[in-house]
Amino acid sequence: MLLELDNITLAYGRIQALHGISLTVGEGEIVALIGANGAGKSTTMRAISGLRPVAQGKIRFDGADITKMRADLRVVRGVSQSPEGRGIFPGMTVRENLEMGAYTRRNRTEIDQDMQRVFDLFPRLKEREKQAGGTLSGGEQQMLAVGRALMSRPKLLLLDEPSMGLAPMLIQQIFDIIVEINQQGTTVLLVEQNAQQALSRAHRAYVLETGRIVKEGTGNDLLTDPAVKDAYLGVA
Amino acid sequence: MNFSGLINDFGPLTVTGLAQGAIIALFALGYTLVYGVLRLINFAHSEVFMIGTFACLIVWGWFGLDQNSAVPSFGGMLVYMVIGLVVAIIASGLTALFVELVAYRPLRQRNAPPLAFLITAIGASLAISEIVGVATHRNQRGVPPVISARTVITIGDTHITNLQILIVVLALVMMFALDRFINGTRLGRGIRAVAQNPDSAALMGVNKSRVISLVFLLGGLMAGIAAVMYDLKIGVTRYDAGFMLGIDAFTAAVLGGIGNLRGALLGGFLLGVLQNYAAGLFGSEWLHAAAFVLLILILLFRPTGLLGESLGRARA
Repeated sequence: MLLELDNITLAYGRIQALHGISLTVGEGEIVALIGANGAGKSTTMRAISGLRPVAQGKIRFDGADITKMRADLRVVRGVSQSPEGRGIFPGMTVRENLEMGAYTRRNRTEIDQDMQRVFDLFPRLKEREKQAGGTLSGGEQQMLAVGRALMSRPKLLLLDEPSMGLAPMLIQQIFDIIVEINQQGTTVLLVEQNAQQALSRAHRAYVLETGRIVKEGTGNDLLTDPAVKDAYLGVA
Repeated sequence: MNFSGLINDFGPLTVTGLAQGAIIALFALGYTLVYGVLRLINFAHSEVFMIGTFACLIVWGWFGLDQNSAVPSFGGMLVYMVIGLVVAIIASGLTALFVELVAYRPLRQRNAPPLAFLITAIGASLAISEIVGVATHRNQRGVPPVISARTVITIGDTHITNLQILIVVLALVMMFALDRFINGTRLGRGIRAVAQNPDSAALMGVNKSRVISLVFLLGGLMAGIAAVMYDLKIGVTRYDAGFMLGIDAFTAAVLGGIGNLRGALLGGFLLGVLQNYAAGLFGSEWLHAAAFVLLILILLFRPTGLLGESLGRARA
């Protein structure tokens, strides 16, 4: 297993956000976390990337216990996150934002190759290269956040709501790109409100409700699960 | 009011103001750097500066220089100047790091509210200045004449000294170097990243604690240079030398737009010049009163300062 969460609990002050989350992500997989607002999806992501300390439980990544590791050191080990709300550096240009994604790396040739790869995936970013991140549209910022997360050459890419606020056509496009990135060898853990898209693209998925995992299975199984259909797929 | 005084002395007042402003600007960079990254007014920065004013005196003393020494030869002057600058930079830089480590970092690790930082900032400032005050018996110390100020350029009634040129040029050079560092290097980009979005910066692999230390160090470095220039210009220093000038520097930082490096430079020069015009107009005892009236007026009409913020998040 590339990533293993073992009974993670986490609280914001007195409010318990996660009540013992256990999940695994295998190398080469796309795994989706779906659930309603406030179910704990983004909190789980923050626990994995290290933005939030966990109260109990263990997080193992690539054979090492990273439960107490600082967020910046997890990046060096190969965890990269495109955060909720995109987290663009508004005062930096698109190119500088991408350079920030490669902050932990020194090999200029490789960084330039990866920059080119991101521009190939998102030609729009190339057009906006010298524009400040804060002046991009929501969709462009989303592309920038995903592209920037790729710039660290992660083993595990964490994507928090990559389709948030995007037009339907762009949603298709960004999921196509996620599958493409995965086929190029990057493992993906994905948080999505758009359960339909997430389940049809993911190998496996977990359903979160109020800080607990209530269901897991392959993407296809969950797509056809009546309870999931009812609650998350908006099928009449 | 003495309009003819202002008009007659316009040139000299401007030159004096620019030299004064250059020192204020270098000093102000420390406030603006730390604020840009941490949203914290480091009140102890005035003591970072004050330590620098003493550090170079002490080292010059080791070379047998005191205020009654003869002016050294040109070569000696150069050597003493470099030694003084290096030592003041190191002393001020270390003081800044020390303050961060002792007064702020522990609070940050405990997620303390902003008010707690304000109190430890004032506490650290008072503690350092009082320790130096007691150690020096609250006496002022004379500065050896490492450089002899003499007029090198005369335009009409305006005499410009070598020291004034040195101060202004040094401030501009340091400002340029700092600007290149912040905007053109990987570490500088790390600083801007933490200023604009600390969580995202961590997700990029930026070590926030190291960036914060770096920012305090850079501010201390600039204050160290300002300290040597102050010594040479004023000729004496005292345990409370940082206090009044610190308020000027803080004012300059806010005036230019706190968090904005170029704003600190602009604010420093502007404040220095305007203070001297006010002194020409109303008499020199009004210098500081004029500065603060100016601060209030500017904040009324431009609450974010002349250039607004740029290191920080607000530019979204």
